[in-house]
Amino acid sequence: MEEPGHAVEVRSLTVRYGDLVAVDGLDLVAERGQVLGLLGPNGAGKTSTVEVAEGYRRAAGGTVRILGHDPFSQRRHLVPLMGIMLQGGGVYPGMGPAEALRLFAGYYANPEDPRRLLGLVGLERVARTPWRRLSGGERQRLSLALALVGKPKVAFLDEPTAGVDPEGRQVIRQVIADLRDSGACVVLTTHELEEAERLADVVYVIDKGRIVASGSLDQLAAHAGGPTLRWQTSPELDISSLEAHLGAGVREESPGNYVAEVAGSPAVVGVLAAWLDERGLPLTRLRVGRAPLEEVYLRLTGGGLAGGGLTGGGLTGGGLTGGGLTGGGLTGGGPEGPPFTGEEAAAGGVPAPSGATTGQVAGAEEGSAE
Amino acid sequence: MKALWVQAGAELRLTLRRGESLLLTLGIPVVLLVFLALTKVLPSPSGQARFLVPGILALAIMSTGLVSVGIATAFEREYQVLKRLGVTPLGRPRLVLAKVLSVVAVEVIQAAVIVGAGLAIGWRPGAGANGPGAVVASLGALGAAVAATCGFTGLGLLMAGRLRADIVLALANGLWLVLLLLGGMLFPLSKLPSGLRSVADALPAAALASALRSAMGAAGHVSGHDWLVLVVWAVVAPLATAFTFRWE
Repeated sequence: MEEPGHAVEVRSLTVRYGDLVAVDGLDLVAERGQVLGLLGPNGAGKTSTVEVAEGYRRAAGGTVRILGHDPFSQRRHLVPLMGIMLQGGGVYPGMGPAEALRLFAGYYANPEDPRRLLGLVGLERVARTPWRRLSGGERQRLSLALALVGKPKVAFLDEPTAGVDPEGRQVIRQVIADLRDSGACVVLTTHELEEAERLADVVYVIDKGRIVASGSLDQLAAHAGGPTLRWQTSPELDISSLEAHLGAGVREESPGNYVAEVAGSPAVVGVLAAWLDERGLPLTRLRVGRAPLEEVYLRLTGGGLAGGGLTGGGLTGGGLTGGGLTGGGLTGGGPEGPPFTGEEAAAGGVPAPSGATTGQVAGAEEGSAE
Repeated sequence: MKALWVQAGAELRLTLRRGESLLLTLGIPVVLLVFLALTKVLPSPSGQARFLVPGILALAIMSTGLVSVGIATAFEREYQVLKRLGVTPLGRPRLVLAKVLSVVAVEVIQAAVIVGAGLAIGWRPGAGANGPGAVVASLGALGAAVAATCGFTGLGLLMAGRLRADIVLALANGLWLVLLLLGGMLFPLSKLPSGLRSVADALPAAALASALRSAMGAAGHVSGHDWLVLVVWAVVAPLATAFTFRWE
């Protein structure tokens, strides 16, 4: 049965807790076969928005429609069509994954096979371990699997990879991608840029209860200006000479970190490499393509991002339109890092480990202060 | 319908798996019954077993409703189980109904074990056990048990719906002890000082013990005072819960 309307449609939503306005005139639309990332700092209004969409609370103002239905007044109709992953918990502490999945399968008319789901999220080894003895990552995987039991048409996932180890993150990302490919609409909230960048087709950036930007990753990047070429080398370059060679404006964002307002074509990269080579200067980092989401985000939210939000800010090559050179640079970005050429960086595409983003952030903050 | 039975089965399995709950709902009542009946350390008017079996049944009903359900539900609320189940096709009404079915099943098990232990130590049903009086007596005992279950479970859920789980854990056990001492379950209320006794008379614990003792003993019927106390608690406690319960 095909439901009418957008998968998720939110118009002028307002949510209040007493005098506190948590969500203030928010608009949002998501379609089937799409992953929508609701990105924002903690306390921005993400969970409040999602809880209205899930039918947990009534909106103070505005309308919310899920598959054309009001989630609060038509909850009974919608519940079988929705898959929900709460932030932590939601499972009987004395129940293991296999039993919890079988129990949830009993709630639905046409459920997914619990054993298949157990394998999908890789929990066979701990199938009979009570929830209270599972690790944080295992609990998250179970919560995700429970959201899938009813073969949902719309899934709301609140911070699905929070507190999950890298292996678990891979599993969760794959499951979400498969869910999207099966035609479901996935709404995920996150304060981690990397998750939004990896998973979302459309990103809505929310801050202080309002949407401050939305669109595809490319559209969002346009907020931070046109394409750029970024690199790291020794500080105090002769900028005017370099500008003349590149035919574009160049600025030093932080000591040794440079940005040129130019698309990083092979020819331009060649000019830069030759210029540095002539002067015997190293090239320790190189990146072309759109501005990193992190930078866009910091500009939009005024840099008001909790420290935790920056973990794993490295951008992978796959996520970049320009086939870009990435955050690989973030790993070896320090002065002691091995210099490498653009070619090597392109082939490398190594995801950066968490916490290696200081250079980027500092640069972004300077940028936003201009 | 399937969802309701699946959920009731899960509730029952989880209850029977919790050791501390089994200790309270079955272990302690049976040990008290056997120990007190065989040692005669406590005074009681009309034969140890005849006095104790109804009292211990009352204790078992109180343990299940007030303590076992109260504590389990408080933790389910704290771990967001109730919140999560609210957005499955099971829904809140059937979740509550499943808990009721699970409580009934536990009480049937308790009654079977306690009556079995009673028979083993020589207890026999009272005068009303045969003839037309038996029907009235059985219905009286059953009605009192149902009313008391509503009252005690209501009280357990009243705590579970508003307080932190660790506080419910302490409070429910404390309340259980107070109601045990003021419940006329192990020794007659007449042994209490008159001030305490008038408090005890208004509590559901004493009314249930007295009602079961009357129905299962010589009288064969439940007194008007016991009915009044049991019914008031059976109405007030669930109502208070319905108005104050927070699902998350």
